[in-house]
Amino acid sequence: MRPGRLIGRIASHAVLLAGAVVMAAPFVWMLLTSIRPPEEVFGAVFDPIPSRFAGVENYGQALGASNLPRAMLNGVIVCGGILAVQLLTAIPAAYALARLSFRGRGLLFGLVLFGLCIPIQVPALPLYIALANLRLLDTYFALMMPFFLTVFGLFLFRQFFRTYPEEILQAARLDGMGEFEIVWRIAAPAALPAIAAFSVFSVVAHWNDLYWPLIVVTSSERATPALGILAFRDAETGGNYGALMAAAALITGPMIVGFLVARRAFVRGITMTGVR
Amino acid sequence: MGVRDSGRLADGVVLSGIAKSFGPTRVLEAIDLAIEGGEFLTLVGPSGCGKSTLLRIIAGLETADAGSVAIGGRSVDHLRPDERDVAMVFQSYALYPHMTVAGNMATPLEMRRLTLAERLPLIRHLSPRRPRVMRGIMAEVRAVAETLQIAHLLDRKPAQLSGGQRQRVALGRAMVRRPRVFLMDEPLSNLDAALRVHMRSELAELHARLGITFIYVTHDQVEAMTMSSRVALMDQGRILQLGTPADLYDRPATVAVARFIGSPPINLLEGEADGTGGVRIDGVRLPIAPGVAAGTRVTVGIRPEALHPAPARHDGPVLRARLKRAENLGAEWMLHATLAGAGDAPLVVRITAAEHDAAAAAGLLGEDLALAVAPAGTHLFGADGARIAVRRLAGVA
Ligand SMILES: Nc1ncnc2c1ncn2[C@@H]1O[C@H](COP(=O)(O)OP(=O)(O)OP(=O)(O)O)[C@@H](O)[C@H]1O
Ligand SMILES: [Mg+2]
Repeated sequence: MRPGRLIGRIASHAVLLAGAVVMAAPFVWMLLTSIRPPEEVFGAVFDPIPSRFAGVENYGQALGASNLPRAMLNGVIVCGGILAVQLLTAIPAAYALARLSFRGRGLLFGLVLFGLCIPIQVPALPLYIALANLRLLDTYFALMMPFFLTVFGLFLFRQFFRTYPEEILQAARLDGMGEFEIVWRIAAPAALPAIAAFSVFSVVAHWNDLYWPLIVVTSSERATPALGILAFRDAETGGNYGALMAAAALITGPMIVGFLVARRAFVRGITMTGVR
Repeated sequence: MGVRDSGRLADGVVLSGIAKSFGPTRVLEAIDLAIEGGEFLTLVGPSGCGKSTLLRIIAGLETADAGSVAIGGRSVDHLRPDERDVAMVFQSYALYPHMTVAGNMATPLEMRRLTLAERLPLIRHLSPRRPRVMRGIMAEVRAVAETLQIAHLLDRKPAQLSGGQRQRVALGRAMVRRPRVFLMDEPLSNLDAALRVHMRSELAELHARLGITFIYVTHDQVEAMTMSSRVALMDQGRILQLGTPADLYDRPATVAVARFIGSPPINLLEGEADGTGGVRIDGVRLPIAPGVAAGTRVTVGIRPEALHPAPARHDGPVLRARLKRAENLGAEWMLHATLAGAGDAPLVVRITAAEHDAAAAAGLLGEDLALAVAPAGTHLFGADGARIAVRRLAGVA
C-alpha cells in the first residue's frame, strides 16, 4: 500500500472512530455509572473507572425496589400490540394505495401525506377525552390505540410496493390468488426489509415514549419502561443515580438486542429480493 | 389440429370486436381474431402496438372496453383470470422471488387443490388431507421439471438461476397447470442470441408435444416466422394481416406489412403507372401494373433477394444503381446501393456468396451497378398502401 493511501485510510477511520465515540459515549457512561457506588457519582475526582464494583447493589435496587420488570413487560405488550396492528393495517392499505386503482385514491393518498404532518400532541386532548368518556384510561388499549394506524408506515410501504414488478402480481392473479393473498404471500415477503426497518422505528419510538403514557397511565401496573424509570427516580430512591442508570441500562438492553436481531433480518431481506 | 394427452381436442380462442383505451389513447381498435385449437399463433408488431394489452385481455388481467373473448367456444368475459384456464409466461418471467423453484411451480396447483385454510400459515398443518395433496403436487412438479431439465434446480431461489433457467421455470409454472391455452409475452427477449435460437426450437417442440393452443407475442419477426402456424401482424391497435408466415412474406397485404416483415427490410421505390401495364421508376419501365390507370402513384416493393447484379445489356427491366458498400456475411453478401437519379433511394441487395463471386469475376460489381428484378419478390402497392396484384415480370431471371 502506498503511504498516501495509508494516511488517507487512517484519516477516514479516525473520523469514523470519533463519530462512534460520540455516539457510544452516553451508553458507556450509563453502563459505568450503573456499576459505580453512589458516593462516587458526583464525586470530586473524575475517574471513568469506578473505584469499587457496585453493580450488584445498583441493579438489585433497580430490579427489586421498583416495578421495573412489570414496566418492561408492559413495554413488550404495548409495543408488540402496536406493531402487530400497525403491520396488519398498514401493509394491505399501502398495497391498495400503491397497486389498485379505485375512485378517490389520489385524495386518500393526499390525506396520508397530510397525516404525516400531524404530531401526536395535536389530537392528544380529544383522544384523552374520548378515552376518559369510554372509561378506558389507564388500560393497555389506551396506551396503544392512538398508534394503531400509522401514516408513516403506510407511506413507507406504499413507496416500496409501487416499485414492485406488476408482472409478478399478474402472475399471482393468474395462479388464482385474490388480492389479500397477494398482499400477504407475495408482496409482504418482498417488503421484509421495509417491514424490518419500520419495526425498529416503531418499537423504539413506543418503548421510549414518555409523552402519551404520562397522559393516560395513572397506576404503576400500567407503567411503560420510560414511566418506570421516571417513577423510580422521583419517589423510591431519590437521587440514587447509580440505580437509576442501572434501570436505564436494563430498559435499553432489549432495544439494542432487538436492533441487532432486526438488522440481520434487514440484510437477509435485502439479499432475498432484488430479483427480476 | 392438436390433440391433448387426455384425447380432448384443443380449444380455440375467438376474439370479437376487442377494443381498449387507456384514457384518451386508443390502444386496441375492434380486434377480430379466430385462433384455432392447437394453433401456434404469433402476434407480432412494433413496440407499443398493443400486443401485450391484447394478451392480458385474453388472460383476463385487463378488461376490454368492448368486445368479447371466447375460449373453446364459450365466452370467458365474466371469468376471473384463474378461472379461464390459461397460463401465461411473462417477459420478465415474473417468478416469485422469495419462493424456491419448486414453490414457484407448485403455487398454481396449491391454489387449485388446497382450500384457503389449508394454505394459511400454522392452521394449514391441521388439515389431515394436506400432506397427501402436497405429495401429489410435488410429484407433478418434479415430472414437469424433469421434462424441462430443471429438476436439479428445484430447491434454488430465482435469484440463483441464469436467464435461461428462469425462463424454463416460468415455462414449468405455466405447464404444471395443463392449461387450455398458453399465452407467452416475449418470453425469449431477455435471453442471449444463442440461447434464443435454442429456445425457439424447444418451444416449437413443446407446442408439438402439448398440442394445445399457443398465443405468442413478440416483436422479433424471426421468432414469428420460424415458430408459428399463423402470424397476426399488428400495428397501432389493428391487425394488418393474418396469415401463415409464407403469406405475410410472399403476399403482404399492405406496404406496412411488407415493410415490417423481412430482414433486411424490403426496398420500397416510388413510381408511376404508365397506363399500359407498366410502372416507371427512374425512367425504367417494369411491366408489373396491368390495369392501373396512367399517372397513378404506386409503391414498388422489391425484396433484397429479388435483385441480382446483371450485365448492362440485360434484356428485361434493369434498375441502375450506385454501389456504396458490400458486406460479407459468410454465406451471403449484402450490397448497399442507391438508385441512380430518383432522389438516391437506398437499395439493399442480398445475394449468395457464389453469386457474388461470379458477378465479381464478370466485372458486374463496379461502382455503376445494374440490377435485374426477379418477379417473385416484387410487390406493387397503390397510393392507399393496399396490395395490387402483380403479374409475373416477363423475361427476367
Ligand atoms: N396500464 C396502462 N396505462 C396506460 N397506458 C398503457 C397501459 N398499458 C399499456 N399502455 C399503452 O398502451 C400501448 C400498448 O401497450 P402494450 O404494452 O400492449 O404494447 P406492446 O405491443 O406489448 O409493446 P412492446 O412490444 O413494447 O411490449 C402503449 O402505447 C402503452 O403506452
Ligand atoms: Mg409488450
